[in-house]
Amino acid sequence: MDRIPILKMGDFLLVTVQVDLYDRLAVGLESDLVNMINKHNARGVLIDISAVSIVDSFMGRILGNIAQMSKILDAHTVVVGMQPAVAITLIELGLPMTGVHTALNVEKGMELLKEKISASNGVISEEDDSPE
Amino acid sequence: MKSTASQILPKKQKEILDLWMKQQLKDEGLRDDLMTGDDLKKDSSELLTVLLSMIKKDDFSDVESAEFDKVNEVLAGISMTRAKSGFSPRETAYFVLSLKEAVTPVLEKNITDARTLYSETAKFNKLIDNLGLVTIETFIKGREEVILRQTAEISEISTPVIQVWDGILALPIIGTLDSARTQVVMESLLLKIVDTESTIAILDISGVPAVDSLVAQHLIKTVAATRLMGAECIISGIRPEIAQTIVHLGIDLSNINTKASLAHALRTAFTMLKLEVRKVNSSNKIIAAV
Repeated sequence: MDRIPILKMGDFLLVTVQVDLYDRLAVGLESDLVNMINKHNARGVLIDISAVSIVDSFMGRILGNIAQMSKILDAHTVVVGMQPAVAITLIELGLPMTGVHTALNVEKGMELLKEKISASNGVISEEDDSPE
Repeated sequence: MKSTASQILPKKQKEILDLWMKQQLKDEGLRDDLMTGDDLKKDSSELLTVLLSMIKKDDFSDVESAEFDKVNEVLAGISMTRAKSGFSPRETAYFVLSLKEAVTPVLEKNITDARTLYSETAKFNKLIDNLGLVTIETFIKGREEVILRQTAEISEISTPVIQVWDGILALPIIGTLDSARTQVVMESLLLKIVDTESTIAILDISGVPAVDSLVAQHLIKTVAATRLMGAECIISGIRPEIAQTIVHLGIDLSNINTKASLAHALRTAFTMLKLEVRKVNSSNKIIAAV
């Protein structure tokens, strides 16, 4: 059975979904991810779905589940790179995914994760002074 | 041998055309502002030529038959052009119907037998009536095309997405929001967010005349979709009446960042991006510093 690779980067887990998620793949990803979070004590999960062009309500629910499960294990989840068509579909399906953090791309997603983690650690992140 | 309309008319083409032109030019409703006499003559002679070449058969009153496709085509072309250049239905129909008044005298002159004259005239009248129907049908179709094109244009023109700053988009919505329009707005906004890598979108609804529960639902959908993309959405330009309506309708906008004016929204956006706007000491120039 195919699996989606989960990469460990320091405190973060990085998942890039390069194929369209069918149901079994998504369920597999859900359990793999939770196990990995537990194993590596990860603080943040970043899921890149920029290559996903088809979603259904099941897929939306899986993403929501992953976010909730990570939350219980004290890890933040950020979904990045959602395509406009996918976003519209999820909204039309009535899945606003309120529990999931989102960002435009991996870079911004990483920033957001760092921010979230330092905030939950009670450490005020240092002001980034470099110009954008 | 009795002479019939199908034998006489093709020979009298020039005479009919002259009579027809006279008839059309005499009409009070002639739109010489929309069409020159030469163009009119060209149209008339084109139609007459095809028409007369088609009525060589004795039975010519059936416009549905395949032989008349050519006539219908020419006629459709003429009335389509007229619909687009702003003729009224009456003026367009008169173009064809006045042909009747040009042909009848010619038939009268050339057919001596009263019974034949009657039957031939009736047959020809029926033909022209049918052509009149075709004209009006195409005319209305032409007008509908114009309306459809304009509707599409309006919805396209009225939803510009403007980049007001690095990472900040503004979308002034003008006119009523319906489902089709929301779809267009949402799509163009989301695509632009991807294009410009913007993180904040300001939806300005000061140009929306009224907000009912449906419009509010569309707004909420747009905001949610923007959020899914990883960008924040601020709704600005909420007039007092609209705020009242929203509360009276019991619509919950508490999850949505709302601001009274575009200026306020922009200020909030700057704060969110950790930008500040301040006056430079020596001049009045305003800069934004990171």
